[in-house]
Formats: sequence, structure tokens, C-alpha cells
Amino acid sequence: MKIIACIKQVADSEAKVRAENGQISWGDAPLVINPFDEYAVEGALQQKEAQGGTVTAVCIGLESAKEALKHALAMGSDNAILISDPTLAVLDTQGAAHVLAAVIKKIGGVDLVVFGRQTLDDGSGLTAAQTARILGWPMLGLAGQIKIDAQSLQVERVIEEGRQIVSTKLPAVLSVVQSIGEPRYPSFMGIRKASKAEIPTWSLSDVGISAPAALVSRIELITPPSRDVTCEIIPGDSPAAIAETLTNKILAEKVL
Amino acid sequence: MKTLVYIDHFKGQVQPAAWEALGVAKSLGDAAAVIFGSGLDALTNAAFEFGADEVLIADDPGMVDYSAEAYAATLSALASSRSPDLILLPTTSRTRELAAMTSIDLNTGVLVDLTGLAVEGGKVVATRPIYEGKLMEKTVCSGKPIIATLRARAFPRPAQEKNRAGSAVKVEAKTAGLSKVEGYTLTEAAVSVTDASVIVSGGRGVSNNPSLTPPAGMDEKQTEIWRAQQGFKLVGELASVLGGAVGASRAAVDGGYIPYSHQVGQTGKVVSPDLYIACGISGAIQHIVGIRSAKVVVAINKDPDAPIFKVARYGVVGDLFQILPALTESFKKKLGK
Repeated sequence: MKIIACIKQVADSEAKVRAENGQISWGDAPLVINPFDEYAVEGALQQKEAQGGTVTAVCIGLESAKEALKHALAMGSDNAILISDPTLAVLDTQGAAHVLAAVIKKIGGVDLVVFGRQTLDDGSGLTAAQTARILGWPMLGLAGQIKIDAQSLQVERVIEEGRQIVSTKLPAVLSVVQSIGEPRYPSFMGIRKASKAEIPTWSLSDVGISAPAALVSRIELITPPSRDVTCEIIPGDSPAAIAETLTNKILAEKVL
Repeated sequence: MKTLVYIDHFKGQVQPAAWEALGVAKSLGDAAAVIFGSGLDALTNAAFEFGADEVLIADDPGMVDYSAEAYAATLSALASSRSPDLILLPTTSRTRELAAMTSIDLNTGVLVDLTGLAVEGGKVVATRPIYEGKLMEKTVCSGKPIIATLRARAFPRPAQEKNRAGSAVKVEAKTAGLSKVEGYTLTEAAVSVTDASVIVSGGRGVSNNPSLTPPAGMDEKQTEIWRAQQGFKLVGELASVLGGAVGASRAAVDGGYIPYSHQVGQTGKVVSPDLYIACGISGAIQHIVGIRSAKVVVAINKDPDAPIFKVARYGVVGDLFQILPALTESFKKKLGK
């Protein structure tokens, strides 16, 4: 089984993100592997363990994104490829999907591509399905459980109404949710191996495409006004008294 | 502006945000509803009642289950023949895929999970939260049609006008999918957290009721989960009196207390209820960003220093196992239930 895990590097979830001169600033918060993509790597590694084969982590980004790839290697991925090109400065989701589809074709012989359900930064959750559509492969989104038997793939998708069991044939594209299982911690050996790894960088000409034109663009960035709420602590001598005061306060808000 | 509105539904149950999208489309001009599935008469009538003048229906036994590829092919073909300026969809797990695939077919872009949409100088300008609501961005799409998905409860829901009629048009269903639906395990949750106007949520604190004696023969983990389930019963009782949904923090989901579909926060669902009651939730930043657009937040926690109080309008420092039943009783009385 040749498995690809598509990952992205983002600012840490604790980062205080702000708009500064029309640019996004996350201060000195560290850049990390997109937390949703850790589940993608975990899902990919589970299938590698069950089926044999290799996991290759792929990331579009700047040189710094090699750190996110090293995390995927430390978790147990076999290979990592950084896709980096100055012409990729402005990239929307369908652009990213075109690049990833071309990379997957160039790698060749891929059975399974695993994405996280969305990124922490843009949060669109579109790229997996767009990549699948470009490749012409089946898309099984929001998988919470994956079973592979020979060339057939069965997943349990976590949807609004519960779980849906869907089957298809490989090759296929998946996105996974956290029911897949907590991402493993990198082992000591894994971290050592990752720190020494030479991660290849592919430019767009290496991939054999030119930069896709962006169709979606940002025209303004807004820092939402901070919500100044003062918390009113409800007093009372007994749970019943507190409950009654709180009930009256909530009813007065007219939100019910 | 000419808009197609995709009415997302599961076995005839419409995601209410679809009607909100229909309302937005009507305010922009000519709006046609699009419904895929099998046996769609009731849905078609509902679409007329919520304001559609025309309903385009791909009604085919082969469309009974949502299939990403088949639905995308059907929507793309429809868009090619009708040339709308805009395709609106409610944001759901299905429509993110459907919008994504259709955008590739039509070589256009998707403006996803919008909380605002305006036409400025003839151009559609979308507002959407990014970084899980820490920032907002305004975006435009240069492709045509523009595909946009709207966040649930971000736009007003149009009034339903009984027995309103319009023209129903059958369109061709493209049924060739690449995957097969084998079955479902449906959750019993009466209200999903994304659509709920009231959410009562539980965190790690719901497992800490010392006064309970668990059944014999349970190991430590089983005991913890059993305790948490007793706690979530109290959460559920209040939610049911308020006609709301049950939510949970990541800690509660990771602890195995409640399924992932209830999780609110950065790695779960971003919600925008009118009332959010957090019980035994400390208020990690990842949880807070998920409830940023809640109108009124109430926090019940033993720890007066819990960060959840910083974003709450009302707080109760106390034992949720005593407060919750009292609150449920009190609402029952006041609401006459």
C-alpha cells in the first residue's frame, strides 16, 4: 500500500491571532503541524500497520514547513516531500488541490490519500474533495473508521445524523476525523530519525505544472471586536435559590 | 442576481440552514431551489412555502442516498444549463464536499461557511470567520458561478407561508457514483448542536459526582464513564426542558463519555446558539473559540478561577450536580412544562 498523508503547517491553536496592517500575525506563537492533520498521519500509519506499505507525508509550504513534515516522520511516516515554490504565494483551495493532485500523480502508484478534515487557519475543509475530483477518485469524507480488504475500502463517516458506512475501491481519497484515534506521540527513535532526515523539496517545475491562478481572494481582514463580558456571579443560599435567580436572568435575556 | 439554492437534507429531513440560504437568495433576486433524492414531493412543497418560486428536482431512486460524485455531477450539469450567478448551500458535512467537487467541475471557487454576504458594486462580497473565529475575512470569487456555503443560524430564516405554490421542474439525475452506501448508525440526538438555539454542554466535571456509588465489578475507567453518563443525564434533562441540544467539551469526548458528534470547539463544531450553558467545563481556548458567537453564555463550575467565567455572562460557582437539577426544576415551572 502506498499511502500519502497531506498535511499543512499552521500557527499553534493557542496563538493570539490578529490582523496587522492587512496581514495575519500570530506573534511569537510556534508553527506546528495542523492538529487535524495529525489525525491524517495517524490514520495513514494505522493502515500501513494493517496492510504493509509506506506512508509519505506531503506538505505545500515554505522551508519552515519542513518542521511539520519532520513531525509526521517522527510519528512514523517513511518519507516526506515539501512542495515549495515562490509562485505559490497566493494559493486558494482549488489551487492547492491542483498542485496536490499533480504531486500524487507524479509519485505514482498511490492507493490511498489521507487528509485531515480541515485546517486550523483557513478552515475551509474543501481541499480533500477538490483533490479527489481532479484525480477522478472516490472521495470519502469525515471517516471515523477505516477498513481495507484487498482493493476494497470501507469507512464509517461521521455525519450530522450519525454514522454512514460507505464502501469503494482503491485508489481513493479520505478525510479523517478524530474518532480515528488519538495521534501517537513521536517515539524517541522517531524523533532522532526525523531530525536527521533530508527532506526533498519539489518546485512546481519538478511537479510539471505551472502555478494555478487563484479564484478566491481576500480583500479585507478584520479583527473581531473583543467581547467585553463581565460575568455576573449568581448569589444564593441554596441550589434552588441560585437556580431561581438564574432562571429569571436567562428569561429576561429573551433568548428562549 | 440569479441564484440556485441547494436544499440539503437527510432522508427528507432538511438542514434548516437551507431555508436560511433560500431567504438570502430571494433577497438578491431570482431564486430557484434545487433538491436531489427520491420521493421529494413534501420537500418540494416546503421549498415553495419557504419562498422558492421554482424548484428544480432530480428525483430518482438512484439518488436516494447522498453520493458525493453523483450529486456533484448532477449539480454541475444543472449549473451549466441554467447559468446562475450564484449557487448557495447551507454549510454541512455533505455540502462542503458537494461544493468542493462542483467547483472543480465548473472551474470556479467556493466561499465557505459564510456569516455575511453582501453585493457591493455588483460583486458578491463574503464575510467568514478564519482561525476558528479569531479573525474575520472578506473574500471575493472571480469564477462564475460563485459557489458559497452559509453557516447555520448566521442568516434569518424566512417565514413559512402555508400552501404557497410555484413551478416544479424535473431535471436529469446523474446517478453514477464511485462509492456505495452500506448503511447507517443514526444518533438519537433530537437536536444537533450546529442548528440548536440552546445548547447545554458538559465537560470533565460531569464525571466528578462523589455521592454516586457505581455498580459493582467496574474497573476504574468504566467507573469514570458510568459517573460521567450520570452527569450527562442531568445535562440532557436541562437541554430537553429548554428544547436544546447536548454539547460536550473535548475532554468529555476524549474521556469516552459521549460521542464526537456532540463536541463543541476547535476540533469539534463551531456553534452559534442564543443560549449556551457550560457545565463542568473549564474553558480551554479551543473550547472558547467554538462558542464565540453564542449570544448568552452561562457557566457552572466549582472552580471560581476557571477561564470559562471570563466569557460567560452569568456564572454559578458551585456543584453542578446540585445546581443542574434545581435549574431544570425551575425552568420546568417557569416555562409551564
